[in-house]
Amino acid sequence: MREVAIIGIGITKFGELWDKSFRQLIGEAGSKAILDSGIGGTDIDAMYIGSMSSGRFVGQEHVGALVADASGFSHMHIPATRTEGACASGGLAVREGYLSILSGLNDVVVIGGIEKMNDVGGGSATETLATAADQEWEAFFGATFPGLYAMIAKRHMHEYGTTKRNLAEVAVKNHANGAKNPYAQYQREITIEQAMNATPVAYPLGLLDCSPVTDGAAAIVMCAAEKAKKYTDKIIKIIGSGQGSDTLPLHGRRDICTLDATVHAAKMAYNQANIKPTDIDLAEVHDCFTIAEICAIEDLGFVNKGEGGKAVENKITTLDGTLPVNTSGGLKSKGHPVGATGVAQVVEIVKQLRGEAEKRQIKNAKIGLAHNVGGSGATSVIHIMEAE
Amino acid sequence: MKSNVARFWREIPQRYNLIGNKCDSCKRVFFPPREACPYCRRKSMGKMKECKLKGKGKIITYSIIHAGPEAFEEQIPYPVAIVELDEGPRITTQIVDCNVSDVKIGMKVESTFRRIQEDGYTGAIYYGYKFRPIRKEK
Amino acid sequence: MTEIGIISYGAYIPRFRIKTEEIAKVWGKDGKTISRGLGINEKTVPGIDQDTATISVEAARAALKRCNIDPQEIGAIYIGSESHPYAVKPTGTIVGEAIGATPDIMVADYEFACKAGTAGIQSCTALVKAEMAKYGLAIGADTSQAAPGDALEFSASAGGGAFIIGKDSPIATINHTLSYTTDTPDFWRRAERKYPSHGGRFTGGPAYFKHITNAAKKMMKKVNTKPEDYNYAIFHQPNGKFPVKVAKILGFTMDQIKQGLMVPNIGNTYSGATMVGLASVLDIAKPGDRIFLTSYGSGAGSDSFDMTVTDEIKTIKRENAPSVKEMVKEKEYIDYGTYAKITDLLYWE
Repeated sequence: MREVAIIGIGITKFGELWDKSFRQLIGEAGSKAILDSGIGGTDIDAMYIGSMSSGRFVGQEHVGALVADASGFSHMHIPATRTEGACASGGLAVREGYLSILSGLNDVVVIGGIEKMNDVGGGSATETLATAADQEWEAFFGATFPGLYAMIAKRHMHEYGTTKRNLAEVAVKNHANGAKNPYAQYQREITIEQAMNATPVAYPLGLLDCSPVTDGAAAIVMCAAEKAKKYTDKIIKIIGSGQGSDTLPLHGRRDICTLDATVHAAKMAYNQANIKPTDIDLAEVHDCFTIAEICAIEDLGFVNKGEGGKAVENKITTLDGTLPVNTSGGLKSKGHPVGATGVAQVVEIVKQLRGEAEKRQIKNAKIGLAHNVGGSGATSVIHIMEAE
Repeated sequence: MKSNVARFWREIPQRYNLIGNKCDSCKRVFFPPREACPYCRRKSMGKMKECKLKGKGKIITYSIIHAGPEAFEEQIPYPVAIVELDEGPRITTQIVDCNVSDVKIGMKVESTFRRIQEDGYTGAIYYGYKFRPIRKEK
Repeated sequence: MTEIGIISYGAYIPRFRIKTEEIAKVWGKDGKTISRGLGINEKTVPGIDQDTATISVEAARAALKRCNIDPQEIGAIYIGSESHPYAVKPTGTIVGEAIGATPDIMVADYEFACKAGTAGIQSCTALVKAEMAKYGLAIGADTSQAAPGDALEFSASAGGGAFIIGKDSPIATINHTLSYTTDTPDFWRRAERKYPSHGGRFTGGPAYFKHITNAAKKMMKKVNTKPEDYNYAIFHQPNGKFPVKVAKILGFTMDQIKQGLMVPNIGNTYSGATMVGLASVLDIAKPGDRIFLTSYGSGAGSDSFDMTVTDEIKTIKRENAPSVKEMVKEKEYIDYGTYAKITDLLYWE
């Protein structure tokens, strides 16, 4: 089977970016990635753009074409496609781009993820995020998006003894990492006390258990591995890719504390890469809420089901732990411009595998995993990458 | 002109009376009703029978919402829970008629008919189910 | 008319209560004096997610739980209220759908201040007698409104009662019913206005007392009875004093009216008032008990009923739904701020 490599990465600062428009953000990320990769505009075979809800955030659909245009590629008539899977929109763009090269159809693709969330008021942003949940049978009856993850947390605490302190430890760790990331939305540390006593959002989750509303974009350039040397020496291979789906509403799942979509996607990716979870050196997981990170490290097979809280307590997932998780600061501290997240996670893994992660660098990072989830777990996309 | 009325009118049997359906093949009950049974798939097509759920169940997990959507702002803080109905299906619903601190995993609850939302002050009112602790037997 | 009557009944009283004292203190009045003067200690307050439709559904479902009838056989639904959720779009269709009685059914909503529910009972009785419906469902329910600071604020409350009327084996026969009606402007609410207005002391003599006493006297003359022939008497109860006074005027005793006198603990549920009072009586009535009921609706009119409880009261399953007493006991007190939030928002213009 053909091998696929990532040869260029680009990312904007994440945050409340009043001066930057939707087009400016994706333009910035895209051009950074293209310049980084060494390709020329005429080398691009296709573009894949992940954006959850540009329609509700900036009133604009038809985003694939928009991005091709804003990038200056319309006169070349490059195929441009938008992918959507709620918060997994970016990860889906990565996978679609990957599959198109894998199949032999394309040699070089540009993949971007973008979300501009601050042009609408906070209340609107929250309601738009809630469209990731089941509108008819969850949101309609008053369940908010944090409420859904809070119900996962409550059950996890009930079944496995996970504590509010464990949740706080995830937030504290991710902020500590984000403080070292110049592109992160929040570059300041927080304390356990602050995290545990933060304003309640949906018991047992408080403000500091929740990822923020963010503007931002990220982009990568993917190339058939056998052609990559033409453009660059910095070649990171994708050795595994997986995707899974599950019931849209949380109440439809087999087990409330397990994201079976993640388990399924992970199995697919590990099998393709022919590796085990213990071979992973670092992971960017989808911590839309602190509990999500705890479930993720269980569902990805890093620890047994129910032991995520303990793993965090034992500092296994810190920068100098045995399995650093979310060295970028995660969605919590880096920010969560929804459609951009899946691509931003890949950007961080690539930086680490290239040795470009500066103050966050993990020594001997050889194999990294990016894990992107949509909604309360109805979509999951995973990519495993390896340094050459 | 008010939109959305058709979308919510269509679901009145579900919201007012918990009408689900049952696969004639494997006898599993679904709520809301499904076009086909996910387990029997094509064997179940045309064999899904309407059935009314009793509205009794127990709380599997819950949260207390402190930051709610506009339609629910006046009810903050309110409990929302996943309730497993006696017939099997699970639903997401608000818990009412008790103190927020009384809500527990395992609590037995029953359905009640309440206002869920309205389409603004001039729009249609959407009624539906909320769940309350089962009244003590005499 | 003797075999037509009540087949089953149900009531619903919301959980929240606010004490007379709590309201009084906000307006700088002495709660104990007002309690004594009005004969009201506390009243019910509907939740933000409750209204006349939800109360009616609870009461109707309770009635159905107590008997075995198929809701599809209900031929008519009349819901009387001063607080229908819509000015145009009937509460009756919402309730009809929620109890599975649609689509073969006659529905229209009623308004006649506090006697809209008993008017529904009269219409259902007539339809059953004319054999145009096998069963009729009459509901009186309200989430009544009162202007902040007005005397009515102490009494206007929420609740409702539902009665299924039919011909086969009623638990109480409706022996006779009549009405006494005149154009009397004692209490009203103009369309588009949020709160009612009233004529002060005019609401007493020329309104409440005139219509109830006339209807009651005409009724007892018609069926040839005296007050002592009845085990129970239920009168409309805008406060705790009027029904006691009218009972005395007509010759009924406290013993006869006390089971149906709900207002001291739940306030005036308007269209639900005599309905809930009647439900309270049926909760404990025995075969052979004779019941006298006279409602009053401002505007103005009184509906009077002479009923006899049958042996069937022992075969319906009264225990399948909460009794009025149980619902009165299940309560949660709220303060005036919460009350204002609930009632303002419920009735925001």
